[in-house]
Amino acid sequence: MMLDIQNVKKHFEDHVVLDGISLGVEKGDVVAILGPSGSGKTTFLRCLNFLERADEGEMIFEGRRYDMNKAGKKEITELRRKTAFVFQNYNLFLNKTVLQNVTLGLTLGSKIPKQDAREIAVESLRRVGMADRLDSYPVQLSGGQQQRVAIARGLALRPDIIFFDEPTSALDPELIGEVLNVMRQLAEDGMTMLVVTHEMEFARNVSNKVLFMENGHVVESGSSREFFENPKSDRSREFVHSLANLHNG
Amino acid sequence: MNERLWGILVDSFPKLLSYGIRVTVPLTILSFSLALVISVIVALIQYADVPVLRQICRFYIWVIRGTPLLVQLYLVFYGLPSVGIVLAAFPTAVLVFGFNEGAYMAETMRGAMESVSHGQVEAGYCVGLTFIQIMAHVVLPQAFRTAFPALSNSLISMLKGTSMAATITVMEMFRQATVINGRVYESLGLYGEVALIYLAFCTILTGLQHWGEKKLASYGGTRS
Ligand SMILES: Nc1ncnc2c1ncn2[C@@H]1O[C@H](COP(=O)(O)OP(=O)(O)OP(=O)(O)O)[C@@H](O)[C@H]1O
Ligand SMILES: [Mg+2]
Repeated sequence: MMLDIQNVKKHFEDHVVLDGISLGVEKGDVVAILGPSGSGKTTFLRCLNFLERADEGEMIFEGRRYDMNKAGKKEITELRRKTAFVFQNYNLFLNKTVLQNVTLGLTLGSKIPKQDAREIAVESLRRVGMADRLDSYPVQLSGGQQQRVAIARGLALRPDIIFFDEPTSALDPELIGEVLNVMRQLAEDGMTMLVVTHEMEFARNVSNKVLFMENGHVVESGSSREFFENPKSDRSREFVHSLANLHNG
Repeated sequence: MNERLWGILVDSFPKLLSYGIRVTVPLTILSFSLALVISVIVALIQYADVPVLRQICRFYIWVIRGTPLLVQLYLVFYGLPSVGIVLAAFPTAVLVFGFNEGAYMAETMRGAMESVSHGQVEAGYCVGLTFIQIMAHVVLPQAFRTAFPALSNSLISMLKGTSMAATITVMEMFRQATVINGRVYESLGLYGEVALIYLAFCTILTGLQHWGEKKLASYGGTRS
């Protein structure tokens, strides 16, 4: 198993947000993380990259064990070097051009020479169809374009896994497709991805696994086909059903 | 205008201007540079929430903002020698002006840094940057841009404020005007003249500010 996450717990003040989440991820898996608003999906993803510190839990990533509560700075840096994170609001560096947004982590973080970094960046931007906008600034781009640059920024790190937190939720409907297409292509190329999403088409057709959460608990987790065609619990059935109605209505 | 007054004004003008350029301007530049360095350090410490240092910074800002500049000048120049700390007038002025304006500018900088979305900081961590790198390459450049008009204001008010250095014997432009006036007794004419020179200096700074703002706006497009 590439990534084995065990028993993640997290609370804010007196509110338990994650109450023992576990998940196994194989190389090449695309896991859709589903669940109603406030169920803890974002928090779970942020804990995996130590943007949020879990109260307890451990993960074994490519054979290395990380204590999610106690991991030190060095371990965190090491883990982040092998992962990428795509945010709902893109979070591009507003004072940097498209190219600089992608090279910054390479030259400063990974100490890659400028010229090599540029080549890697252009290649990543080509994969998301943004290689023609190298010198644009984020504010000059549409949301969909910004999100694709953000994906390229992650890809350039050559991560073994990419975490996506609702990558299309902030986008106007007509811009969602271009971002989903990029993600679908990544999935076809064999990239391992954890995707918090409300895009059911994506969850059903692109992801091969589903983690369905509610109130900080895992309600159901397993193959996505199984989840959509034959949900095990009442809650899952209800969830899939409500989505079906949403689509028909 | 009578001939005598005109003669005095024409005579004094090059002297005043020369003190303005040789003393007032360098005093302003040095004090402002010091203030800028202090403000960035103090703002960073508060932004990063460094324990102990943070309290020291809050204390510094509290004291500086709560006491008059003139009193601070006197305290350092006339007061400290009695405990054995003797500084020349010009360095005293630089230090006091720098630390004084630095406290105000630190608050400006802190506000500007906090206006940079925290998501960019998180994105920086995710691509492997350190806190210092994120500050240097992402947060501070944007904060400077936001703070630019307020910092320009600080610079302009500091330029005028350097006239207070006259009270601790620094021979700058205003003190030179008082010296000349002591000989010729033409307060209205001379202080009017020196006021006009300050006005001219500030007009140049205002022009630079507008130029700088345009420059910043063109680089990186307009901010949303
Ligand atoms: N920094 C925080 N401080 C306090 N409470 C928080 C914080 N972050 C999240 N929460 C709370 O934790 C719960 C889970 O939030 P989270 O953002 O993980 O949910 P989510 O499943 O991603 O929801 P959504 O679909 O709306 O994005 C929510 O009740 C939220 O209010
Ligand atoms: Mg969320």
